Amino acid sequence: MGSFDELEQIREQALVDLTGASTTAALEAWEDRYLGRKGEITLRARTVGQLPQENRPAFGQRVNEIKRLLVQAYEARAEEISHAELETRLATEAIDVTLPGRPVTPGHLHLTTQALRELYAIFGKMGFEVYEAPDVELEAYNFDLLNIPEYHPARDMWDTFWVKETGEGPSNRRLLRTHTSPGQIRAMRERCPEPIRVILPGKCYRYEQITVRAEHQFYQLEGLAVGRGITMTDLIGTIAQFARMFYGPDRTVRVRGSYFPFTEPSVEVDTECILCGGKGCPVCKYTGWLEVAGAGMVHPVVLENGGYDPETWSGFAFGFGVERPSMMKYNVQDIRWFYGNDLRFLRRF
Amino acid sequence: MKIPLSWLNDYVEVADLDIGELRQRLDLAGLEVGSIEAIGYPGAELPWDPERVMTAAVLAVRPHPNADRLVLVEVDYGGAEHEIAVTGAPSLYARKGQTDLNLKVAFAWEGAELYDGHAEGFIKARLKKTQIRGEPSRAMVCSEKELGLSEASGDIIYLPDDTPVGVPLVKILGDYVIDFEIKGPFGHLQSVFGIARELSALYGRPLKRDPLATAEALGLRVVSQGDAFEGTGFVDLAIADAKLCSRYTATMIRNVEIKPSPLWMQMRLQRVGVRPINNIVDITNYVMMELGQPLHAFDYAEVRPRPGTAQPTIVVRPAAAGEQMATLDGELRTFDDQMLLITDGQGAVGVAGVMGGLDSEIGDDTRDVLLEAANFNFLNIRRTGQKLKLTTEASTRFGKRVDPELTLPAAARAAELMRDLANATIDPVVLDLYPGKPEKRTIVYDPALANRLLGMEIPRAEQMRILRALAFDVADTGTEWTVTVPSYRLDVGLPVDLVEEVARVWGYDRFPETLIDEELPPLRRNHALEAEEHLRDLLVGLGLDEVISYSLIDPQEEGRLQSEPGVPLSLPGACVVLQNPLAPERSLMRRTLLSGALRTAWANLRYLDRVAIFEIGRIHYHVSAPDAATGETGVAEPRHLSMLMTGVRNPTWWQGGAATAEKLDYFDLKGVVDALLERLGLTAKVQWARPAVGQCHPSFHPGRCALVSVGDRALGVLGELHPRVREAYDLPEQPVLALEWDLEALLEAADLADAEKRIGWLSPHAPVHEDLALVVDEALPAVTVKRTIENAGRPLVTEVVLFDVYRGEQAGPGKKSLAFALSYQAPDRSLSDRDIEKLRGRIIKTVEKELGAKLRGG
Ligand SMILES: [Zn+2]
Repeated sequence: MGSFDELEQIREQALVDLTGASTTAALEAWEDRYLGRKGEITLRARTVGQLPQENRPAFGQRVNEIKRLLVQAYEARAEEISHAELETRLATEAIDVTLPGRPVTPGHLHLTTQALRELYAIFGKMGFEVYEAPDVELEAYNFDLLNIPEYHPARDMWDTFWVKETGEGPSNRRLLRTHTSPGQIRAMRERCPEPIRVILPGKCYRYEQITVRAEHQFYQLEGLAVGRGITMTDLIGTIAQFARMFYGPDRTVRVRGSYFPFTEPSVEVDTECILCGGKGCPVCKYTGWLEVAGAGMVHPVVLENGGYDPETWSGFAFGFGVERPSMMKYNVQDIRWFYGNDLRFLRRF
Repeated sequence: MKIPLSWLNDYVEVADLDIGELRQRLDLAGLEVGSIEAIGYPGAELPWDPERVMTAAVLAVRPHPNADRLVLVEVDYGGAEHEIAVTGAPSLYARKGQTDLNLKVAFAWEGAELYDGHAEGFIKARLKKTQIRGEPSRAMVCSEKELGLSEASGDIIYLPDDTPVGVPLVKILGDYVIDFEIKGPFGHLQSVFGIARELSALYGRPLKRDPLATAEALGLRVVSQGDAFEGTGFVDLAIADAKLCSRYTATMIRNVEIKPSPLWMQMRLQRVGVRPINNIVDITNYVMMELGQPLHAFDYAEVRPRPGTAQPTIVVRPAAAGEQMATLDGELRTFDDQMLLITDGQGAVGVAGVMGGLDSEIGDDTRDVLLEAANFNFLNIRRTGQKLKLTTEASTRFGKRVDPELTLPAAARAAELMRDLANATIDPVVLDLYPGKPEKRTIVYDPALANRLLGMEIPRAEQMRILRALAFDVADTGTEWTVTVPSYRLDVGLPVDLVEEVARVWGYDRFPETLIDEELPPLRRNHALEAEEHLRDLLVGLGLDEVISYSLIDPQEEGRLQSEPGVPLSLPGACVVLQNPLAPERSLMRRTLLSGALRTAWANLRYLDRVAIFEIGRIHYHVSAPDAATGETGVAEPRHLSMLMTGVRNPTWWQGGAATAEKLDYFDLKGVVDALLERLGLTAKVQWARPAVGQCHPSFHPGRCALVSVGDRALGVLGELHPRVREAYDLPEQPVLALEWDLEALLEAADLADAEKRIGWLSPHAPVHEDLALVVDEALPAVTVKRTIENAGRPLVTEVVLFDVYRGEQAGPGKKSLAFALSYQAPDRSLSDRDIEKLRGRIIKTVEKELGAKLRGG
């Protein structure tokens, strides 16, 4: 009955050999040797006919058992080897994940555009629509209709670029708008007799020597609300709401008297200095306050010039520079960086 | 405008107020404070230690035993014993040996911090106990410089004789100088008295002094007109036009003694920023600062009579056109016939309200002074000042409107001071011509207006109290009040002006916050702006940086953009030119965004090796006459879009290799534009034209430039910059790609494309791909071939992508081969070979027929 013994020896040897096979190639060689068409097990199976009749079934059964066992062992080993081989491959494929990625050059929105969008969003929530007016303005709109007649001392508040005119009368003189306020007249004349809630952004120009703090070109944002019951407390509430959304929810604001020819009463709105938190620093000139906006109730003369009867209508207006908040927020030293377009500056935002 | 607190305190008690609280109160009431400078008090540059810097009296001056140039002074500082101090002060040295003195001085003890009187500049030093030439020294008498009052270090400072001894110096000389930055043309707030009047109302404290009563107190006889005028003895007075000069008050001060004014006056003038000159000039300045009325002092001896008469004459009249006079500053001025002059019997002696003439100036030998206190039309003064380009303290004040009621009180106050400080006598008669005396102004005021505009209830009684505190005369005549405006409140004329007075004194800090509780206006979107902002996002997404350039440019920019001197840019309309530019480089409004883009590129290439930018902004040009009635400005301001790319294509990268050296070229910009058009839905709608010979935009390379349009509307140009223009902008030798388009046209086209966009179907079936190489004429644009294929293959050809352009032997001379990858797809089925064959046949037939193309290898 040596055949049975032999069979068991083969089984044992095969399992020993299998443990020694550690590569896919060795495993294939093992498979050939034991389970292949001419493999040990296959050959033994063919010898069944040479056995005595009574031993044949047991032998056949045993051959099949061993074959199944070896196939199982083979598959387990194959799984192990392929796993190990993958591990090895992955280990050799490691890279320095901190190396710079393939460059993509992103673009940047101009800082002023970003500031304007923030303002549009905040005032948009409060129902203010963006209304745009021209850069080159009539003297009448920039001054006279805003209650600032010629030679009036209030005109000293704005140093003006005038357009060279050829042959027209003085009533049609033109200039580069010194503020966005002429848009108030345009909005009122266009919208009368509807109530109004608009913001007016735009480039403004002042005849001013250019320094790190002053530019001849800058952006302003004006706000105008006209209705049958608009009040000073509405104005204060609106600007305070804005200041909290723009500068932070804990900001306190204060309102103080001021003067603008096109508003009456006129006020200025301050917020606690964002740099020192109200304790006083060079930026706020040690007052603890920073100016947020000039504002006031629309002067009755201006309402009338816009087509609204001041007996039944009232309105408020406010305005401020667009660059200044960004300059404070980001500690921008030089206003000329804005429109000098130094990309090293603009790419920081 | 600087005002010392001590001066305000002459008129209203404020010395006891906390300075920070005072500032807050002033700010809230609209009297904006720019800064406050402390003198001597904590917070000053040099605070004076109240324990160590005090008043004292010098009682005797004795020789110094060991030093010729020094003396020993015996000082009573209020202590039990007198102190001996060493000094070299010339004025004390001069009194060497005198022992019956009582000179009040500023005295400092050891440990006090002072400025070093002998060092250059202001250097702080602590006073130490020492020996000076063998004599012990632990205290000193101080100079102005040592106290930080001025730069004067030559001698010590003397205090008034009635100064008490042993008092902290800060109590005598300490002060706060408030620098007001009051917005607006408020004549009534341009003086110490004006501010004091406000403080009196804000704090409910009475005025201590009424300067308006001085004339009465002096017992002056005011002669206004009629017979009494004749023979008054000193001047004939006439006003030619009451609209331009509403009042002229002339006062005679005789036998003045010209000398420096006393310390207190000099110090006050210095603190408000006026340089002391002599007592007479100082007094006119002092009264101007105190009451707000500009004064002018004539040397009476220089005021001439009319020819043939004896009496000196003053006539206020408009100038004859071309009339001339030299003003105090030495300039010869020429006047027009709207300018107002002060003249004497023989000619001009001053420009009314602006500046006096050179010849009648007060000098050291002046004996009698003719004092002018007058009121002039503020608009006329401003016009004159602007035309003559001459601004003075007086013209600024008059330009903000001065109360005509002020002339007499101011003249009296000045006369009083001249009497006291220049040993002068005041002529008892004052001539006062007042032809322009204004009517009393009243306003009918309904206190409910305040509540309607302010949105909160301020009780009637409170409103009444506030208005009365501000010297408005309120007659309670029922629902509505009749309010008489004080003469000096020239800024108040409407009921709403009274609302402001009530609000600012009530205090804005007491106002609640509300939000508009009102009918909403019709809501509208700003589509133009939304589209513009969307475009910005697209361009930033495509890797471009946004810039915003100056709208004002150099007139030479348009020339710099020309490649040939004779070929001008075709820019729209006529240029908007400034009448008063800041500088020639900023003297006209741009009609193109290209110059700004090129300037930006130039400036940035100093630091960067790649510039890829865009700008969205307005250009400006004249289109028609302006019309104030309709609001038409006559200037068109369409929005334009510019782009510029130049420099390295690929940033330095560790796997960059040779690609790192590549420069951006036409197809980089074209790629951005293609992507942009794709996003706007315009890819299939734009027409690309290569300009005909001589038709190219003069700034661009004629062979690398495209004119782009949609429908019949031109969008603009894109291409590589002409080398000569590139050189004109001093840009490096590398392709500079640029674009300028009409943004309005682009956005309208995009809108239309969006409105027309319809999505028919998306096929679930896999597409069939096929390549097609066509040989065409060299001059035939690739886009034409592509679109012909698309049209012929519609609707089953879903994509046509050019993947190769070949020129050479196999294409033949003057020909090129374009290889396209086509995708075929049907909505409802997989395409069969037969379908494909049919399609291909149709496409080939069409391109052969329409474009003369040949299938390569076919
Ligand atoms: Zn601060």
